[in-house]
Order: sequence, then C-alpha cells, then structure tokens
Amino acid sequence: MTDVTASANPPFRPGMLIHDRRYRSMTFQVIVFILVMALLWWLVSNTVRNLDALGKDFNFGFLWQRAGYDIPQTPIPYTSSDTHFRAAVVGLLNTLIVSILGCIAATVVGIVAGVARLSRNWLIARLMTVYVEAFRNVPLLLWILIVFAIFTEIMPPPNAFRGDNATAGMILFDNVALTNRYTAIPTLAMANDPGSLDLGARITFNWATIAFVVVLVGGWFVRRMIGAWAQRVQDQTGSRPTTWWMSLAVMTLPSLLLIWYFGLSLVPPTLKGFNFTGGINVQNGLVALWLALTLYTGAFIAEIVRAGILAISRGQSEAAFALGLRPGRTMSLVILPQALRVIIPPLISQYLNLTKNSSLAIAVGYMDIKGTLGGTTLNQTGRELEAILLMMGVYLVLSLIISGGMNLFNARVKLKER
Amino acid sequence: MKTSVFLGSVAAATLMAGAGAADTLADVKARGELNCGVNTGLVGFAAPDANGNWTGFDVDICKAVAAAVLGDPSKVKYVPTTGQTRFTALSSGEVDVLARNSTWTFSRDTDLKLDFIGVNYYDGQGFMVRKDLGVTSAKELDGATICIQTGTTTELNLADYFKANNMAYQPVNIDSNAEGEQQYMAGACDAYTTDASGLAATRAAFADPENHIILPEIISKEPLGPAVRHGDNLWGDIVRWTLYALIAAEEYGVTSKNIEELTKSSQNPEVQRLLGVTDDLGAMIGLDKDWAKRAILASGNYGEIFAANIGEQTPIGLARGLNAQWTQGGLMYAMPFR
Repeated sequence: MTDVTASANPPFRPGMLIHDRRYRSMTFQVIVFILVMALLWWLVSNTVRNLDALGKDFNFGFLWQRAGYDIPQTPIPYTSSDTHFRAAVVGLLNTLIVSILGCIAATVVGIVAGVARLSRNWLIARLMTVYVEAFRNVPLLLWILIVFAIFTEIMPPPNAFRGDNATAGMILFDNVALTNRYTAIPTLAMANDPGSLDLGARITFNWATIAFVVVLVGGWFVRRMIGAWAQRVQDQTGSRPTTWWMSLAVMTLPSLLLIWYFGLSLVPPTLKGFNFTGGINVQNGLVALWLALTLYTGAFIAEIVRAGILAISRGQSEAAFALGLRPGRTMSLVILPQALRVIIPPLISQYLNLTKNSSLAIAVGYMDIKGTLGGTTLNQTGRELEAILLMMGVYLVLSLIISGGMNLFNARVKLKER
Repeated sequence: MKTSVFLGSVAAATLMAGAGAADTLADVKARGELNCGVNTGLVGFAAPDANGNWTGFDVDICKAVAAAVLGDPSKVKYVPTTGQTRFTALSSGEVDVLARNSTWTFSRDTDLKLDFIGVNYYDGQGFMVRKDLGVTSAKELDGATICIQTGTTTELNLADYFKANNMAYQPVNIDSNAEGEQQYMAGACDAYTTDASGLAATRAAFADPENHIILPEIISKEPLGPAVRHGDNLWGDIVRWTLYALIAAEEYGVTSKNIEELTKSSQNPEVQRLLGVTDDLGAMIGLDKDWAKRAILASGNYGEIFAANIGEQTPIGLARGLNAQWTQGGLMYAMPFR
C-alpha cells in the first residue's frame, strides 16, 4: 500500500526545483528575491560605510536649526529666524499652490483644446493642432524659461510707474500693475474684522475666510439638492421646473451678504519706495511656472480628452440625436460620461507629472520644496542624503495622495456593469 | 540642478570607496592631471576666454598646484561648479581642489568636512545698484528687491543685515552669477548683492559699467580660499604651502621674471629654502626640491597674479586693500618656510 502512494507522489529531489513545473516558478521567485535583497543590502551598506569614511553621520537634527535665509513667497508666516523645517513646510506649500493652480488650469485648457481640436471648423482644429504639437514637443524647462524671460524683459520695472509722465500705467481701473518682478494685485480690507482662528505655530485662518468657504460649500450642496428635487418633479410630472435662478441665488446671495457684513473693500497696490506695497505681489516666478506648466500639461490633456471622445462610437451620438437630444445634452449626458472612463486614468498621470515637474521652479527663482529643502537648506547644512531622501518621501506621499483621490473619482465614473 | 546634486550625492555615497582611502597626491600623479573646481564664469576669478582657455585669479591657484605637483601648469582639468554643487563636487572626489571664491566658515570647515587651506582673497559682501536709482548707502535699500545667489553665505548675511537694521526686502533667488547679471540688467531687481570682488568683476563685464555703483557698506567678512577634502592632510599641506609659496614669493621679491637669477644669486636664506637651493623642503610633502619654483613660475607670485587678473590695471580694478602684504598693512601673511 505504501508503495502505491510513493509512486504517485515521488519523493522530493533537489533537481525537481528546476525540472518540476510545480516548483520551478517558486525557485525563480526565491532567487530573484534574494538578488534584489542583496542589491539593496549592498547599496545601503556601501552608503553607510562611505558616509562613515567621510566622517558624516545620518540624522535629521538639522531640520530644527535656524534657517537664516529668507523666502520670497511665504503662505504661512516665516522669517529667517525660523527653522529649516518651517522653511521646508513653506516650500511644500509653495509646491502645492503651483501644483493645484496648474492642475485646475491645465484641465480647463486641455478640455477646451481637446474638444476644439475635433471641431468641424478647419481653422480652430488646425490652431489647436499647432498648440498641442508646439507645447508637447519642446522641453518644459525651455517653456518655463521663455515665459519667465518674456515677463522680465517686456514688462516695465516698478520705477516706470512713478511720476507724472510715467512710461507705464496700471490696468483694470488702476488696480493691477504688471511689472517685470511681479503682478501687483489689490488685497481685501475688512471694516468688521471678525478675528482669526489660531491653529498654533503661528498659523492662523481669518474667520471671514472660513465663513466664505462654509457658505460656498453649503451653497454647492443646496444646489445639488435643488437639482435632485427638479429631477424628482420631472420623473413624476414629465416637466422640469426652471431652477437656474434658484441655483444662482443660492450660490451668490449668501456671499454678497457676507461681503456686506464684513465690509469688504479692495485696496489697490500703491508704489512706495522701490516697490508696490499695500496689495499682493504675485511673483513672476509663480506666474511663469504656472503658465508654462498649464500650457505644457494642457497639451497632453487635450490629446487625452480627444482620445476619450473619439473612443465613443458614432452610433452613440446618432442614437441620442434620434431620441431628439440637443447636441449640448448629447455631449453632457451621453458622450462625456462614457468618455470620462477613458480619460480619467491617463489624466491621473498628467496630474502627477505636473506636480513633479513643478520641481523645476528654481529655474525661475520660485522657492518650492526643491528650492528650500533641496536647495538652500541642503547647501547650508550639507545634508545631501537626508534632504534628498526627505524630498523623495514628500513627492511620493504627494503623488500617492493625488492618485488615491483620483482613483476614488475614477471608481465613481467608471462603467457600472450590471 | 536636481540631477547634479542627486548624482553628486549618489557619487558621494557609492563611488567614494577609492577616493575615501585619501591619497589624493598619488591619485593626481597617477592621473597626470589635476581636477580643479572653479566658478562657472566670473570674469577675473575664473572664466574661459574666447578660445576656451580658463583664466583668472582662482585659475592661477589651480595652475600653481598643478605645476608644483605634476610639473606642468597646463595639466589641469577645470570643473565648473555652481554655488549649489561645489562642495558636493569636492567631497565626492570629482575635484581635488576647490578654488572657487568660497567663503571659509565654521560649519563648512567642520560639518561639511572640508579643509580650507588658507585665504587667497579677503572679501566682504556688498551691493551694486544703478546710479540713476539715487541710492548712496545700503541703509536706503528698505523695501528693495534684491537678487541673491542661492546656496551662498551671502544669502544668510543679507537676511541678517536687513533684520539687524530693521528693514524689509524682497529676495529674488538666482542660481548663478550669469543669471543674476541678467535679472539685474533687466531691472528685475533693484540691487545685486554678492562679494564685493564679484560685484566688481560683474560690473566690469557690463556694457556700461559707469552707470552702476557699488555701495560703500561691506556687510560681512568673506575670507575666500581654496578648499580640499577633510582627512587627507598631506594633500592639504601641499595646496596650503603652494599658496604660501606664492604669497611668500611676493614678500621676498621673487617674481616669475627674476626667479632664475635669484635661484643662482640670492643670499637670503629664506629665499634659498623656498626655491630649494639649500634645504629640501619639497621632500617633506612628497614633492621634489623645485616644487615652489615651478608654482611661482606658473603665473607669477601672488602680487603678479593679483595684478594680472583683478588688479587696478584690469577692467575689474580692485585695489589691494586687505589683500596687501602684511608688510604693507594688509593681511597677506605667509608662514615661515623653515
């Protein structure tokens, strides 16, 4: 009896690790795993040994030392007496600002250009082709430098706005000044300042800002409820009630009320001394970087949008027309919902690209996290390995958050199979 | 920039095994070429001319070291480094000497594991403005936009100076001197700040130098000197005493013109020791007797190098000032050759 089982299941021999299909894949996986681990160990031990040979240690204590340098654009209060850590946070916020602005604008530009490239209008379609090909075939760094150079060389210096026979003038009812250093825009003043919410670490939010955010988010939810109500009425009675004036009122009236309550007014920038003061000076570095990132990424997004729309077969729109839907409704109710599931996954990659490409900011003197933590801090403290690792970690987390959020959105719009 | 810093640190981390053994002299001799880190382009200090030959005050230090070690001042490979990459280039072994108007500070000497071997130019940070701005003192720069190179000590001095004087300013961070020049010329900043010598050199390269002034305030001490890696003391000694040989040569009146004659005729024992006529000082640092003679012959003594590159007869027009010999009321003081 034991003989029979033995012949059906031969005893294990080492050669079977290669020749037996049951073990072979396992063998190769173990070998590759060991090789990868050995490579990692080699890299780490080599680094440790060489740092040791250089007499350098590995620690992040430098983050709590005084930074000692100034940063042009500080979303949270920062002075040269603050720590390198706070400088890194300021840099991270600057990265986030340009990334978020860039993602929003690139999406708008991309959708418009992508749809326009499919236009039946010959001129518009060709223009969009030229735009897409020009921007996606020239390196981004060049675009950033060109845009920045245009700003510095063509715009007048603040000095030109001075005196009775000034050679440059402010635009938009003397509210905005375009200079070769920054765009000076008005700031908001409040007659009834409600004070600020203090989050500690000298980070504060004005209650008025919070009130506006709450009102806008609330208004958006109420608008959705109105839409759902209109849908219900349409389902029951067959006719959709007119809701646009309700939506408009919900979105604007509370804000107007707040503006009146807080006594908001515009304070235009004025030229004082060397520069414009009193308003907000938006650095040209930020504008140039933002514009270049937008136009560059927008070209890629345009192609993604075009691909998404072309992926929907003509039969879909013909069927929608046959049902009597107008072209606009066909686009928003039939084509786009189906196109989105093709568009979203590559769009995530473009958002990630834009965020990571923002690290070219130092080329135009915009102090993002690469400029603070990976630039001046790295240089003043000499902690290359720590700073670079920290920066890689920050970009990794940032990218994972973006792709996580976009994947959630993708799960909502993707084809629901029933 | 990102790549260079990153590659630099990777190189520092992984490829240092050989260089870490720290026999730079043997490495340089085996290579037959000295790798010298210099500025990417600062007229008078280190800049390539129309034919691609590097010239300048810092470049002549490289030449002197190459002449002393390899016997030929032309056996130098110049590695242009920015304010951001220079120290990584040195500590990774990419260059053997960093002669790039770098300020000697405590943390660079200790924490960055560099050894500054001396000072070849005593400098201080200043400001340059357009004449038509009507500014005559740095104290009048409240609220100004100021161009500043990132990763330099000047960035920290600037912050401290404006804080101490309770003034505000708007920094414009730039990456290299060339970019700073461009921004300043376009009027994107009211003032450009860097070491006063660098300002003079930058201004000399302008089409209209007479329309720009360097403000009288010097807001910091910037002792500029060549640096080597920490830990290779022999190599440090060679570079240090090459610099001292140039300075001592000026003190004793040894020039590239009269050096052959003095070798034969000088009765000054210090000169005889320096030129290897009597004692064999070179053997003590692993070189031959004529090392100092070759170093001086490369581009002349310290005074000749100064006069040829940045002195008052050049477009840069710097006075000797603090950089005169100690016998002339300056700070240049070579340790005794004995």
